[in-house]
Amino acid sequence: MAVNLKELSKQEDLFASGHRACAGCGPAIAVRQALLAAGKETVVSFATGCMEVVSTIFPYTAWKVPYIHSLFENSAATMSGVEAAYNALKRKGKVKKDINFIAFGGDGGTYDIGLQALSGAMERGHNMLYICYDNEAYMNTGIQRSSATPYGASTTTSPSGKVIPGKTRQRKDLTEIMAAHNIPYVAQASISDWRDYITKVQKALSIEGPKFIVVFAPCQLGWYYKKENTIKIADMAVKSRFWPLYEVENGVHKITKDPKTVIPVEEWLKLQGRFRHLFKGGNKKIIEEIQEEVNARWERLKKLEKAGI
Amino acid sequence: MKVAAKTANEAMAEAMRQINPDVVAAYPITPSTEIVQIFSQFVADGLVDTEFVPVESEHSALSACIGAAAAGARVMTATSSQGLALMNEVLFVAAGLRLPMVICEIARTLSAPINIHCDHSDTMDQRDTGWMQFYAEDSQEAYDLVIQAMKISEEAFLPAMVSADAFILSHSLQRIEMLDDKDVQSFIGKHKTPFSVLDTDHPITVGPLDLQDYYFEHKRAEAEAMIEAYKVIKKVFNDFGKKFGRKYGLIEEYKMKDAKRAIVLMGSTAGTAKEVVDSLRADGEKVGLVKVYAFRPWPAEEINKALRNVEYLGVMDRAEGMSGFGAPLFTEVRSSLYDENKKPDTYGYVYGLGGRDVKIEDIKKVFDDLKKVEVGEKLDRNNYLGVRE
Repeated sequence: MAVNLKELSKQEDLFASGHRACAGCGPAIAVRQALLAAGKETVVSFATGCMEVVSTIFPYTAWKVPYIHSLFENSAATMSGVEAAYNALKRKGKVKKDINFIAFGGDGGTYDIGLQALSGAMERGHNMLYICYDNEAYMNTGIQRSSATPYGASTTTSPSGKVIPGKTRQRKDLTEIMAAHNIPYVAQASISDWRDYITKVQKALSIEGPKFIVVFAPCQLGWYYKKENTIKIADMAVKSRFWPLYEVENGVHKITKDPKTVIPVEEWLKLQGRFRHLFKGGNKKIIEEIQEEVNARWERLKKLEKAGI
Repeated sequence: MKVAAKTANEAMAEAMRQINPDVVAAYPITPSTEIVQIFSQFVADGLVDTEFVPVESEHSALSACIGAAAAGARVMTATSSQGLALMNEVLFVAAGLRLPMVICEIARTLSAPINIHCDHSDTMDQRDTGWMQFYAEDSQEAYDLVIQAMKISEEAFLPAMVSADAFILSHSLQRIEMLDDKDVQSFIGKHKTPFSVLDTDHPITVGPLDLQDYYFEHKRAEAEAMIEAYKVIKKVFNDFGKKFGRKYGLIEEYKMKDAKRAIVLMGSTAGTAKEVVDSLRADGEKVGLVKVYAFRPWPAEEINKALRNVEYLGVMDRAEGMSGFGAPLFTEVRSSLYDENKKPDTYGYVYGLGGRDVKIEDIKKVFDDLKKVEVGEKLDRNNYLGVRE
């Protein structure tokens, strides 16, 4: 299952260019890479959000695979129905092919409003892969905090002000919540590590049953960094261990990239306008707390891996 | 043909079994739980070929139905009350995407205060969603309407809900005549679909973003589909009547021919109202009843025709509407009559909320009130029946 860049570059893009995503959009890269991994025998459902809005402005569509969008919180439920129909129609001989089912949602549509539908779909065991593109806030509506927004980040609904220094809560660890569903495959990936991500998508699609991948996909507009830095920002999230790349296959944790040179999380925070206020006044303590949290989560992950669970 | 004793829940579940849909995604809620329960047993016993999706909410139930219908499956579900309310935004999507499907609906009131009993608040709440709505008087009608609704929905490319009153119908045993399985199958025919998201050779985008330049045209087309559905309903009802002998219309006229005073209502109360009409007729009073089968599309033509010679009319709503101006059925009937040269003096009655019993004397009071108007007494335009004021 080795991913070959030369071969990949020859493949037709199933998420066509011409969509209206911003320059430097991380999520658009996440979708494109997923489809390169999945191939054309794939059906996609999408939650309302940036990627849905930019890719299907009627009468145009960027999708060269069948695509369905219904609402914000029901991408997983919608795909449950598609997959159920497939099973029924296949049994009756009306559909013959093997098809990949991929439900997409942003972090708002996955960590928050769509969590119930996602949990239900995973518990029911539908043969589908759910991919959450995580840009750590509600970007489509204008950068509001979600439960994926990191501690200390300033968003339009967790703004840094004179008395409150941005988001006051740690981000939700959705990956571990999904792992707790005891589904066959759960992974964290990043658009910066395309080989790791594409391998995970392909691996997930080769496994029968419910699968979940959350892919780190920075948003230049909402994180306030230079748009040419999207991949760099994603890469630094991995290298600072803020966003560990790992998978949980049949309940066993495995770190898929242990950065050789670990950078302090401060280096990563520094490049993003959403954390600018942390470098002023008495907020330095928050940077230390973020680093402590990153360390603690990494240590926990290492322990899980070591324990073979 | 088989004669059986069935509650409306059982009758609707039997209709579902005979329809044998490809996908049923459903969630339990009192008093429609039984429909899902009975159907699950049919699945467990291999009596249907259905893929049953036991979802975690009604929102997901209808979302899964949408996915399944877009994949080319024949689709059904069942719900009631808060369940239907939770489906609200999804109902609009099903209709907007023009996806056929049927909800077996049990009419139960909405919170607050919480109450599990009958009224039509739940379906009235959803009357502008683009779904066709049918109301049953008894188990037989619930059964027949579900079968017909499946065919109507697939021909009109609009979703449909068939509503039966909570407990009064859902949990009451009644005699019904069931069709043979093969007759149901041949009546509804094979499910045809113009597209499927499973067709990877012909990829389509379902549910795109539709802005100022196209949205209006698509909604206009949807509105036209509801107008067209009116004809589809008549055709399917007519076919059903010819094949199986039970005739349905968009409305039922009961002793309306020379009626001077009449009542319009929907659902199980029609049974009680017919009793009252019969007894008043026996006393020589010219009274009649119009029962509405299809609330959406609204059968204005039939309503106006039926009420042409009526002088005093009571419209009975089993929902409030909270407009301060009259409940939904009342406003709809009155609006229909507006352009008629000759129209009845029309009064509204809200009754039976939260399962409050509707007695013979309640219906009789409506006819008595209308009689008093006839002799010059004043009556409020909107009234409440059977409530402690």
